[in-house]
Amino acid sequence: MNARITLRVDGRDRPVALDTRTTLLDALRDRLSVTSPKKGCDHGQCGACTVLLDGRRVVSCLILAVACDGSEVVTAQGLVEEGEPHPVQRAFLEEDGFQCGFCTPGQICSAVGMLQEVKAGHPSQVTDDLTGPVTLDDEEIRERLSGNLCRCGAYVNIVAALREETAPSEETSPRAETSPSEEAES
Amino acid sequence: MTVRRGAVGAPAPRVEGLAKVTGSAAYAYDRPVADPVYACPVQATIARGRVVAIDGGAAAGVEGVLAVVTHREAARLADTADAELAVLQSDAVAFRGQFVGVVLAETPEAARQAAGLVRVEYDEEPHDTELRADRAGLYTPEQVNGGFAPDTDEGDVDAAMEAAAVTVDRIYTTPMLFNNPMEPHTSVAVWGDGGDEGGGGPGEARLTLYDSTQGAHVVRSTLARVFGLPPERVRVISPYVGGGFGSKGMPHAHNVLAGLAAMAVPGRPVKLALTRQQMFSLAGHRTPTIQRVRLGAGADGRLTAVAHEVVEHTSALKEFAEQTAVGARMMYAAPNRRTAHRLAALDVPVPSWMRAPGEAPGFFGLEVAMDELAQACGLDPVELRARNEPEVDPESGRPWSGRHLVRCLREGAARFGWEERAAVPGTRRAGRELVGLGVAASTYPYYRFPGSRAVVGYDGSGRYTVRIGAADIGTGAWTVLTQIAADALECPLGAVRVEIGDSELPPATVAGGSSGTASWGSAIVAACHAFRGAYGTEPPPGAEAGADMPRDPDAERFAMHSFGAQFAEVRVDADTGEIRVPRMLGVFSAGRIVNPRTARSQFIGGMTMGLSMALHERGVLDHRTGHVVNHDFAEYHIATHADVVDVDAVWLEEEDAHAGPLGARGIGEIGIVGAPAAIANAVHNATGVRVRDLPITPDLLLR
Repeated sequence: MNARITLRVDGRDRPVALDTRTTLLDALRDRLSVTSPKKGCDHGQCGACTVLLDGRRVVSCLILAVACDGSEVVTAQGLVEEGEPHPVQRAFLEEDGFQCGFCTPGQICSAVGMLQEVKAGHPSQVTDDLTGPVTLDDEEIRERLSGNLCRCGAYVNIVAALREETAPSEETSPRAETSPSEEAES
Repeated sequence: MTVRRGAVGAPAPRVEGLAKVTGSAAYAYDRPVADPVYACPVQATIARGRVVAIDGGAAAGVEGVLAVVTHREAARLADTADAELAVLQSDAVAFRGQFVGVVLAETPEAARQAAGLVRVEYDEEPHDTELRADRAGLYTPEQVNGGFAPDTDEGDVDAAMEAAAVTVDRIYTTPMLFNNPMEPHTSVAVWGDGGDEGGGGPGEARLTLYDSTQGAHVVRSTLARVFGLPPERVRVISPYVGGGFGSKGMPHAHNVLAGLAAMAVPGRPVKLALTRQQMFSLAGHRTPTIQRVRLGAGADGRLTAVAHEVVEHTSALKEFAEQTAVGARMMYAAPNRRTAHRLAALDVPVPSWMRAPGEAPGFFGLEVAMDELAQACGLDPVELRARNEPEVDPESGRPWSGRHLVRCLREGAARFGWEERAAVPGTRRAGRELVGLGVAASTYPYYRFPGSRAVVGYDGSGRYTVRIGAADIGTGAWTVLTQIAADALECPLGAVRVEIGDSELPPATVAGGSSGTASWGSAIVAACHAFRGAYGTEPPPGAEAGADMPRDPDAERFAMHSFGAQFAEVRVDADTGEIRVPRMLGVFSAGRIVNPRTARSQFIGGMTMGLSMALHERGVLDHRTGHVVNHDFAEYHIATHADVVDVDAVWLEEEDAHAGPLGARGIGEIGIVGAPAAIANAVHNATGVRVRDLPITPDLLLR
């Protein structure tokens, strides 16, 4: 069965006729030639296909395109504005937060979505105070990005990039929380 | 030293970085092609036997299906000597998950639906997938990977063990491991008859592959042989590769399947991307290992005997013998040394290269055994290793080109706060957590493979293009080669453009064995010097000169290896056994570091994979079905953000005067070597529990 839908992808309306079994990821990649979201597992287990769907980060391989008619999709490519990379993209470049680059568009979309969730006060598994504003320390970044796998092992650089990106200008960014001198010995 | 300092040694950002962070970098599947066809493979559901009937009727009836290709329809290949690549050539099934067919359709959805409708009947034969050290039929391979002898025996290990004041004699095991690069193995294949990319005459069949590979030229030469074509009629294009870790180092069955499938729809590109699940049977893996390590020493910890005897598997279809015990031949000074490799040829998928084949699993056994010996001798593990430092390579007797293991260990101990390690295991506690520190040594050989050529051209206006069919699989090669060329040409970094990832470029060896920078880089240096020699500093536009990689006479005279010291802190929850790794530090000696930014990423990436190997990764083969049951990321766990807290790497400032014009020994693999042992040793220091089987899971600590 086919359906006609229109997706707004990276600021452009993209009408498309597709098999109703088509995932949002395959619609973007195979039908619309938008290949910045990657297929790493097709099961929602790796995060390489992460895009922003109506402002929320989603794994696009677990969503049927037909359910997204009229929705706004932003991919890593769409985060570039007037030729200028998004600050998160710049931070990844600065901290070498990638190697092969395959998980990178998903990591970046996930990070952008994550920062918005933090701004909106959404707690995570590791948030102590569920009612107040969230302080985005390294542990929060790691927890919130754990749905995005990187086999090259760029994790510490990605966290550094986001630490950089989210640091208040007065340089109060949190550093790694564990140091041997702080621990209580018994 | 023949290369001036300038770009080399500077932390240049990746030349392809912007394309990667914005998602515009086109990997194999992403390349725009006209009128594509989608392929979905059909895999065997038995581990051994024969296909007796295939009914593709229902599949062919699905709207949009173009062809169902099985061993009955597939073209005969010209060369089937490599059994892994003899795809769809017979009715035989050698492992579960092997290709038995492929469906081609106008859409991926139709191809997948139809593949599920192909009915295959089998004559199933008993299969054997279980590796045990006491099983019948173990054999000695002619050689192990890398061309090494399978066995060595120096002195009298048994007598030395008998006479030793202190001994360790233990079995260590590592599980079946999977490379799992984030980009699944992908080939987009199109048959043309000339006139398309790369030329060729009309009527001459030619194959173009957009491929995810660590070596465009090796894919070209292999597929040319398999399909019976002259190499110039095969073109392999792969500028961006989403990781490989060895699994894309040689062509696998999917490359051939894509080529065979595309014959059914000449002129149309066939897109074949393995699924994550399919990669567990079709993209290579690391064999499980059963390692017996015996160490004999005096009361002062000086080794008198080192024996490393390994049992591992290969596929009955094709032999791959991992060189697990080879590192033990050169690592420590001991007059009596023995290594051995025994294989069981099982009905399993074909094993292959995975990051640091040999050293990665072998140094789990050897370096945990060294920790056990330190404990038995009452010595600090750093001191034990220092006492066993060989002055020359024990195996070859050659001098080291630069062995600085002890410096790495001492430097790491100082930086890591090693003096805080509890001398008695299980005695340091922070709240609910038991805290431990561990150390392990690592090494990886220097390889420089012949067969690369670089060509330098002057484009005018001060700009140069360097062409070489190398691969950047995330290593930073693209950037590093640009730096090397800029220095060799004595021009600014921005004046050089490097082209890689295409078999139309001058030939290059595979991105493997941590050899890329040394191999391709020295070819580029030679080409740049040839260019300047021919044209001087004011070349005419269009000027071009090339050179092959020069010979490497010092590699014959010296024992050349990189070394490293890996340190880990672990914290184990005393009630649940949960293991966390808050800190890892690697100190490496790898010769000259061409790019500190990308080098650090490679080192910590390898260490992160080592952490993953230590605590998470295990392929579970169900011996009833011959099936790797945990064949996805939900069940085959790899480390993610939350697992990796603080991994750092530093290196000794040095150049290896014998390692070619760059003085660099290679860095891609050493990071994983020793990392699992450092963590296992830290777990022992934290808990007093000695785990000898990877991965280390909480249940093992709560017995």
